[in-house]
Amino acid sequence: MRHTLSVLVSNHPGVLTRVSGLFARRGFNIESLSVNSTENPDISRMTIVVDGDVAALEQIRKQIYKLVEVIKVYDHTEESVVERELALIKVSAETRSRNEIMQITDIFRGKIVDVSDKTFVVEITGSEGKINAIEQLFRPFGIKEIVRTGKIVLARGSKSTE
Amino acid sequence: MKINGARILIESLRREGVEVVFGYPGGVVLPIYDALYDVEGIRHILVRHEQGAVHAADGYARATGRVGVCLATSGPGACNLVSGIATAHMDSIPLVAITGQVKTTALGKDSFQEADVTGIMMPIVKHNFLVKDVCDLARTVKEAFHIASTGRPGPVVIDLPTDVCSATMEFSYPEKVNMPGYKPYYEGHPMQVKNAARLIKKAKQPIILAGGGVVTAGASAELTKLARLTGIPVATSLMGKGVFPEDDPLSLGMLGMHGTAYSNYAVHEADLLIVIGARFDDRVTGKLDTFAPHAAVIHIDIDPAEIGKSVAVDVPIVGDARNILQMLLKEAKPAEITAWRERIDDWREQYPLNYSCDDTDGIKPQAVIETIHRLTGGKAIITTEVGQNQMWAAQFYKASRPRQFISSGGLGTMGYGLPAAIGAQIACPNDIVFDIAGDGSIQMNIQEMATAVSNKLPIKIAILNNGYLGMVRQWQQLFYDRRYSHTDIGYTNPDFIKLAEAYGAVGIRVQAPEEVEPALQRALECTDVPCIIDFIIAREENVMPMIPAGGSIDKMMID
Repeated sequence: MRHTLSVLVSNHPGVLTRVSGLFARRGFNIESLSVNSTENPDISRMTIVVDGDVAALEQIRKQIYKLVEVIKVYDHTEESVVERELALIKVSAETRSRNEIMQITDIFRGKIVDVSDKTFVVEITGSEGKINAIEQLFRPFGIKEIVRTGKIVLARGSKSTE
Repeated sequence: MKINGARILIESLRREGVEVVFGYPGGVVLPIYDALYDVEGIRHILVRHEQGAVHAADGYARATGRVGVCLATSGPGACNLVSGIATAHMDSIPLVAITGQVKTTALGKDSFQEADVTGIMMPIVKHNFLVKDVCDLARTVKEAFHIASTGRPGPVVIDLPTDVCSATMEFSYPEKVNMPGYKPYYEGHPMQVKNAARLIKKAKQPIILAGGGVVTAGASAELTKLARLTGIPVATSLMGKGVFPEDDPLSLGMLGMHGTAYSNYAVHEADLLIVIGARFDDRVTGKLDTFAPHAAVIHIDIDPAEIGKSVAVDVPIVGDARNILQMLLKEAKPAEITAWRERIDDWREQYPLNYSCDDTDGIKPQAVIETIHRLTGGKAIITTEVGQNQMWAAQFYKASRPRQFISSGGLGTMGYGLPAAIGAQIACPNDIVFDIAGDGSIQMNIQEMATAVSNKLPIKIAILNNGYLGMVRQWQQLFYDRRYSHTDIGYTNPDFIKLAEAYGAVGIRVQAPEEVEPALQRALECTDVPCIIDFIIAREENVMPMIPAGGSIDKMMID
């Protein structure tokens, strides 16, 4: 089962290595990871998607907690969350396919952020499924390049992770 | 007054109450060694290899419970600490290791004697630091000692670039640490303690399993009280040896792969395991599926990550073993388990820890250890190397107090015993310190003889010399059809007597059983010089009982 963890860490050099090294060392596979600073410049927030059963997740959660620079580990599995990924897709856009690509982008509430005579770069945010879907639809036109971020999540409602 | 980083380091160590530093100089630590040259109150022990420094600091820490400190230069010096740091990490020993580093502007440029020590150490430390600014140095030392010594202890490495050592600033030592991510938990949950007490009351066949956490927590007295009050028998792991007097009728000795048969039978038949400060190492459990199959488990540990890691737990209690045992003692009553104790005593009679007294093949190593025990009144500090020597020492030197038996448990580091004995002897100058060694292991850090001689340390090194890498040979005999691949070192061993003498130590060779006691007596008379006693033992003596790795109790070999 996949779990999404938010890990709040002290914003020190090397802390990403500590966390990712721990996963590798203990045999847990990171499916996606994104990290950046938070509203508090001393704290970074990592969003980590990891696959494993409940016991494995419990173990990795405790092991992460032991890292001195980890302040909080939060498992979002059991709650309602807003989750997003961001993708930039460079798709071939010949004259005859331009309209159709623009329509698909519209339907997915994406944005065309770069145009050349032969390509568009489409920016799309949403769940993993939504991004997979648009990628699928663009494929017949020819995807030149795609870049996707890891997932980020926030719990819905007024409660905060800290 | 402004002082440089090296002096700030030394002053910070003094504030932490450090009295001994084990170290070895080198290029980038010159400023630190300059500061050490005329320092008062800190003794520097010059080792002959950095691995000796870290094991000695570890032995010092295990013998006293205080933080051991070692110092090495950058690159190769720091890399030589790796096995020792990993040893301390596996056994939760409080260490602060200070490594020199190339100057901050040379970092990451493959400079002379540069190694990414922060990266190398990361998986084997409790925490580590790279100090890039002298302003952070005093605070870092404060945090390092705090982290090393609190919660579940462990090694902390401070990597210190040489320009940080030379930079100057006003010294002030922080009073407090502020680490939002580090909050060890000491109090046991009262509800869980009640649940544990209820299980203990109900149990018909309970066993206490005590580990190194009881040593760390200083909870030996509480454990002993609980066992004697309830009448519940106590088995210990290798790391827990000594937390419960092994001559007590309730003691089952060590359990696990080379543990007593009766402790393993008792654990197998138990309906309740009360596990305190132990982590279900595979050398204890063997095959997990068949480990203690009938037992409910109460697990007391300061590290929440240990609970449920290997064995499912019915009552988890996170916290300091001493606090929790004190809480449990308030609830404890004598258990009505006479029949259970009688059953265990039957096993004890039927399968005692034993060895054949037929010494026609040579001296019995077990007899050597029993003689050492007798001549030292069971009071010596014992360090061990790793292998057969270690297991015989664990089996036959009955420990009566914690911190008496010092051995590399989790990592099983050959070459540990001699430097650890040096650390222990420096910490406890009035104790008799024995390193129980093998002829293989002793050669892994033999250079530390020079450290022992130059510091006039009267360590006794009892080499159980069978001319083999004995434990590996034992496995080859039992599981590889006696194909002794690269384990026979007898023909090429040095003359350990000449070796001892070359270092300025005393060497005694013992070839016949009747020479064992007089030789040990002679060794005990050495008061300001180390002594190697080279016991030529029965070559193919095995450590028994034995449960093969990953096996269950029905695979136990008794002899």
